[in-house]
Amino acid sequence: MTVGLDAFTAGRRPGLARPIARRLGELARQPILVASWIVVLVVIGWAVAPGLFTSYGPYAGDAAASFSPPSAEHWFGTDRLGRDLFARSVYGAQTTLTATLLAVLIAFGVGTLVGLIAGFAGGIVDTAVMRVIDVFLAIPSLLLAMVVVSVLGYSTQNIALAVGISSIASFARVMRAQVLSVVTQDYVKAAYGLGVGRLGVMLRHVVPNSLSSVIALAALEIGTAVLAVASLGFLGYGAPPPQPEWGLLVAEGRDYVAVHPWASILPGAALAVVVIATHRISTSYRKDHRR
Amino acid sequence: MLRYLALKIGRALFVVWAAFTLTFVLLFVLPADPVDLLFDPAEVNSVPPEVRAQVAASYGFDRPVILQYLTRLGHALTGDFGTSVQSGRPVVATILDVLPSTLLLAAGALALALVIAFVIALAATSARRPWVRDLVEALPSGAVSVPVFLSGILMLQIFSFRLGWFPAFGDEGARSLVLPLITLAIPVSGPIAQLLVRSFATEFRSGYVTTSWAKGATRGGIVVRDVFRNASLPALTIAGITFGNLIAGSVITETVFARQGVGRMTQAAINTLDVPLVQGTVVLVAVGFALINLIVDLIYPLLDPRLRAALATG
Repeated sequence: MTVGLDAFTAGRRPGLARPIARRLGELARQPILVASWIVVLVVIGWAVAPGLFTSYGPYAGDAAASFSPPSAEHWFGTDRLGRDLFARSVYGAQTTLTATLLAVLIAFGVGTLVGLIAGFAGGIVDTAVMRVIDVFLAIPSLLLAMVVVSVLGYSTQNIALAVGISSIASFARVMRAQVLSVVTQDYVKAAYGLGVGRLGVMLRHVVPNSLSSVIALAALEIGTAVLAVASLGFLGYGAPPPQPEWGLLVAEGRDYVAVHPWASILPGAALAVVVIATHRISTSYRKDHRR
Repeated sequence: MLRYLALKIGRALFVVWAAFTLTFVLLFVLPADPVDLLFDPAEVNSVPPEVRAQVAASYGFDRPVILQYLTRLGHALTGDFGTSVQSGRPVVATILDVLPSTLLLAAGALALALVIAFVIALAATSARRPWVRDLVEALPSGAVSVPVFLSGILMLQIFSFRLGWFPAFGDEGARSLVLPLITLAIPVSGPIAQLLVRSFATEFRSGYVTTSWAKGATRGGIVVRDVFRNASLPALTIAGITFGNLIAGSVITETVFARQGVGRMTQAAINTLDVPLVQGTVVLVAVGFALINLIVDLIYPLLDPRLRAALATG
């Protein structure tokens, strides 16, 4: 009885089968989720076409308007050199988000592959891989990223690489756990029974069925990676100063926080809002998926 | 039981050894010429060759990599991680100098984070109105979303510059500890609170709580006697994550508040490419992580009779 019911729900993917109108209706009842999507889409817009969102450039400053407070003209105020901080935040989205995306792709790609191999091969390979993962988990990722950046040299690309490397372990662990549970499923045994080779089973059955929880982790990891990239930027390991980058913007404003608090707090708040929004979206994705 | 003990201790030792090896490869082998790292990047090309050779010889960089590795490992086993390039003092002494300040900050922040997490979990399980519960349950994810450098700067702005309640910088006295402590406690509390919210909810639905209700226990009595003890146990499982959050958070907190400590020292060591000091710090952190996980693995069976029984029979 229950088996039949399980097969029925498993065959119907709830996320795709639901009519679009109903999904929109559900969204309307979750205003915070809608707001989160709007935040994320706007920020992606900032990164893709910053010129559409601000008429100021990120570098051009008006020395006479140094440290003007937030106003209709300068939404986030201006910095020491009279540069518009809203424009610098908008252009900074490009630097920070590109690095974030790169970091998550590296962690996702390498981590998933490593986890898949460990979980699927089992035995000595699995043990060896897991012990290496243990080591990466033993070093806090910010510290590991700092060490990697110090070896590679300071730049935004290297920050992306460092953050990516330091998050490989968590992806590998989740993927491995998922693979281990998928390979015991009946449909995998059935595929073997039908004479499908190991590689075929891996690609056609194990990978597609293991990916969902890794994708959920990737959604969560985007927020974490934005924070890590900005933190390393704040510590001064990223783009050199004239460039706009979110962490660096906060660091630049920090020296004047006593007199001109908005110069660091507004770019920082923009960053925080983006991270909260991505967390909200990933939480709802995971809830959606559990149903 | 003995097998369990040996396995856990073996794993802890392996993690520390591997962290040493990993940092050795990263810091001493991967850079094309590790001697370059010892000089200021701006001056590296103007260093006379004989000085380079002398420096290389004094750090042992002229010898085969495997010999360097074995010598360093041998020294590390006796607690000698070499000398800091910047200060010329032994790495271990340099770290020990600033360690108490960071331990104080981390211990205080952990205590505060636990309090915050328990209050959130309690509020989430006691809230009657759904929107209040949703709001409280959203707090932990908000706590980890706000960058530590932003919350630190906000604290500085509001409580030091506006209200003048606490000093903005320095590490003199208890008053200067308050703001860094709160700043660090916020992100650390997030994952603990998320876990506690879940385990409080599970425990409240369990049979023994129903029994207590039936016996006429009050809500407060149930929370203190039944739920609190059983729900706190799972929090130990994320002790490693908590430790990592404390370390990462203290790097930024100490930078924002210009406090002395391991985090700020690490940042300075990385800025000046003080390779032995960086390696020493990373290995020390790995030791801390391995120790904490070992302790948790060892005391968990003591705290949870079910697990103890499983270990005794298996």
